Amino acid sequence: MNNLSEQIAARFGADAIRGTGHFPATVPLLSIPRDGFEDAAILMKKVGARLAAQWAVDETTMGRAFAVIACYALESDYLLVRCEIPRDDPTFPSLTKKYIPAFRFERQIESLMGLVPVGHVHSDHRPWIKFEDWPADAWPLRKSFDPAQKMPRVPGEYRWARARGEGVYEIPVGPVHAGIIEPGHFRFQAMGEDILNLEERLGYTHKGIEKRFEALSWKDGVRLAGRVSGDSTVAHALCYCRSLEALCGIEPPPRALWLRAILLERERIANHLGDIGAVANDAAFAFLLYQFSRLKETLLRLNRRLFGHRYLMDRVVPGGVAVDLTPEGTEAILAELDWLTDEFERLITIYDLNPSLEDRVRTTGILSADLARDLGTVGFVARASGQPLDCRVQTPFPPYDRFPPSMTVLNSCDVHARVWVRVCEVRDSVRLIREFLATLPHGEILAKSIPPTPHASGFAVVEGWRGEIVYWLQAGGEGVINRCMIRDPSSVNWLGLEQAVLGNIVPDFPLCNKSFNQSYSGHDL
Amino acid sequence: MLRILHQIFRTGVVTEPLPAEVEAEVVMVGKRLEEAVRERFSRSLVIREVDAGSCNGCELEIIAMNNPIYNCERFGISFTASPRFADMLLVTGPVSHNMEIALKRTYDATPDPKLVVAVGDCGINGGIFGESYASLGGVESVIPVDAVIPGCPPTPTDLLAGILAVITAGKEQDFV
Ligand code: SF4
Repeated sequence: MNNLSEQIAARFGADAIRGTGHFPATVPLLSIPRDGFEDAAILMKKVGARLAAQWAVDETTMGRAFAVIACYALESDYLLVRCEIPRDDPTFPSLTKKYIPAFRFERQIESLMGLVPVGHVHSDHRPWIKFEDWPADAWPLRKSFDPAQKMPRVPGEYRWARARGEGVYEIPVGPVHAGIIEPGHFRFQAMGEDILNLEERLGYTHKGIEKRFEALSWKDGVRLAGRVSGDSTVAHALCYCRSLEALCGIEPPPRALWLRAILLERERIANHLGDIGAVANDAAFAFLLYQFSRLKETLLRLNRRLFGHRYLMDRVVPGGVAVDLTPEGTEAILAELDWLTDEFERLITIYDLNPSLEDRVRTTGILSADLARDLGTVGFVARASGQPLDCRVQTPFPPYDRFPPSMTVLNSCDVHARVWVRVCEVRDSVRLIREFLATLPHGEILAKSIPPTPHASGFAVVEGWRGEIVYWLQAGGEGVINRCMIRDPSSVNWLGLEQAVLGNIVPDFPLCNKSFNQSYSGHDL
Repeated sequence: MLRILHQIFRTGVVTEPLPAEVEAEVVMVGKRLEEAVRERFSRSLVIREVDAGSCNGCELEIIAMNNPIYNCERFGISFTASPRFADMLLVTGPVSHNMEIALKRTYDATPDPKLVVAVGDCGINGGIFGESYASLGGVESVIPVDAVIPGCPPTPTDLLAGILAVITAGKEQDFV
C-alpha cells in the first residue's frame, strides 16, 4: 500500500480489490467498479496526483473481457486503477474532465482497442495514431485482430481545428519535414507572423510495436523495446527489463545495475550534447552545432570501442547487461570525462555570453508552470517549467539510491530553460558516472532467468534523457506476452509544444520544437 | 567573439580520413568517384532523406555523417529539404502504412533520373518490425530501390561507403 492506494481503498472500501500477481508490490493495482472510474480520478486530482498513463488491455485469453487502467503518480508513489469492461458494452468513463493528457490517451484507446470513452469533455472521437483511411473497426490491440493482415484503405477525412477571420491563414507542414528528422504533421493557424493555433497530427511512424510484442518471446522483446525510439534505446530496454524482472522476480547482480546506470547516463550526455548544439543551430549559430556534435561523436566512438555499439543498442538485457567493462575501459571513460568537461565548459561559456543567441532563446516558447503540470509533462520539459519530477530521484533503483542525482528545476519556462536544465544534467551525469565507476561492484553481470508466471503483470518507470518512461507488461499463458504497454515521455510532452508556441512567431517554431525534441516513433509506437 | 575564434583555432580541422578499410575502398574508387560526382552530378550529389517509419536510430547516423568528423560535404554530398532538387532518396525505416502515400509522393516529386537507397535493416526488409497491418516491410515494397545499406543503424562510415558505391556503380543514367 502507498498513499495513493490508501486514498482509493478508503473511498471504495470492499469495492477496491487489490490485484494479486502484480509487481512490484510498491505499485499496487486496484480494481474498482467501472462506474467509479471517474470518481477515482476526481479523488486523485484532489490529492494532486498526475495521470501518468492510461491504457486498455484485452484479457480474452484469460477468460475475461477488456480492462482500462489509469496510472496515477504523486512524488514517489505510483498507483494503477483498473476497471473491467464487458464485451457487449465496450465503453468506459472518460477522465478528460479531470485530466488533459487523457484526451490523447483515450483517443488512442478508442482507436486501437475500440473502447469508447463516455462523457468526453469535447466529444473528441477523432482517431489518433489510427488514420482516417483505416477501416473504422480495425482495432489492432484486440486479440481478434490478425496483425498479419494488410490494412485496406477506406475513404475518410480528418477534421482539423479551424480558425476563421480576416487575415487568418493556415500553414501545413509535413509529414516529410525539411531536415533529417522524423515525420509528423503540424498545422498552424497564423495571423501575420503570430501563431494563433498549432495542431499536431502524429501517427505516421506507427509500426504496430505494441502488437508486435505479443508475437515475440520475452527474450526478443528487449530488442524491440530498444527500437521504440532509437535515441533512447538504453532507457527503453532498461524499462522493459525492469518491468519483466519485477514480474518474474529476477534480481540483476549489483555490477549489472551499476553498468546499466553508466550506460543510461552516457545516453543522457550524448543526447543532451547533440541537442544543445542543435538548438543553437536553429538560432543560426552553427558554430555550436559543429562543436557539440564533435563532442557527441567522441562519446559515441568510445561507446563503440568499449561496449560494441555507438548507441548501446542491445547492451541491456533481462537479468543484467550483455557487456562488461574492463579496468582499461574504466580508465578510458574517466579520461574522456575529464576531456569532455573541459571542452564542454568552454562551449557553455560561449553559449552563455552570446547576446544574439540569448535574444532568441530567452522568453521564447514559454510553457507556463501551470500548463506543464496540467498537461502532465515529464522530464527536462517539466523541470524547465518548475515541475520537480525525476524518477531517478523519486523512485530510485540502485545505484541511484546511493548516489542521488541533483535535480535542476528552473522557472523561466522558455527555450533557454529547457537548454539550461540539460546543461546542468550533463554536468551531473558526468559526476554520477565518476561515482558509479569508483564504486563499481565486482562479480556477475547477468542473473539466472526465471520464466514469468502466467497472467502476472509488471510495472516499471525509468528516467530516460527525455523523461519518465513507463512500461506495463502482462504475461499471457506459457511464455507469451499478452500486453506490453509503452508510454514514452513524448506521449505527454508533445502536448506541451502545442501550447508553448502560442503567441510566438512562426519563424521561432523550429527553435521551440528543437528545444522539446520529442520522439515521433516513441509516441506513434 | 575572441572566445569563439580561440575555440575555432584550438579545435583546428577535426575531419578525419576514413578508417582503413573504407579508406582503401575510397582510394580505390576515388578517381572514378570524383569523376562520377563531377560528371554525373555536376560536382554535387544532393540527397533528400526520408524517414518512412524508422525508430530514429538511422537518422542519428545520417545526421552524424554531417558532423565535422565525417563531413560528407567534402565528397560533394549535401542534403536538401526539397525532393525537387534531389538526385538521391535515402530512405529509412520499415515503411509504415501511414507513411506509404507520403513516400510515394516524395518519390514522384523527385525528378528523373534518381537513385533510391534503402538504409538500415528495417529499410531492407522491415527489420524487427517485420510486415504487419502497420509496417509494409522494406522500402522496395513501395518504391523501386537501387541499393541497400545494412546495419542497425549503419554507422556513418557504412553510409558513406554505401553511397559512394551506389553512385560509382549506379545506373547508366545522365544526372547532369
Ligand atoms: S535499422 Fe535499426 S536503427 Fe534503423 S530504423 Fe531500423 S531499428 Fe532503427
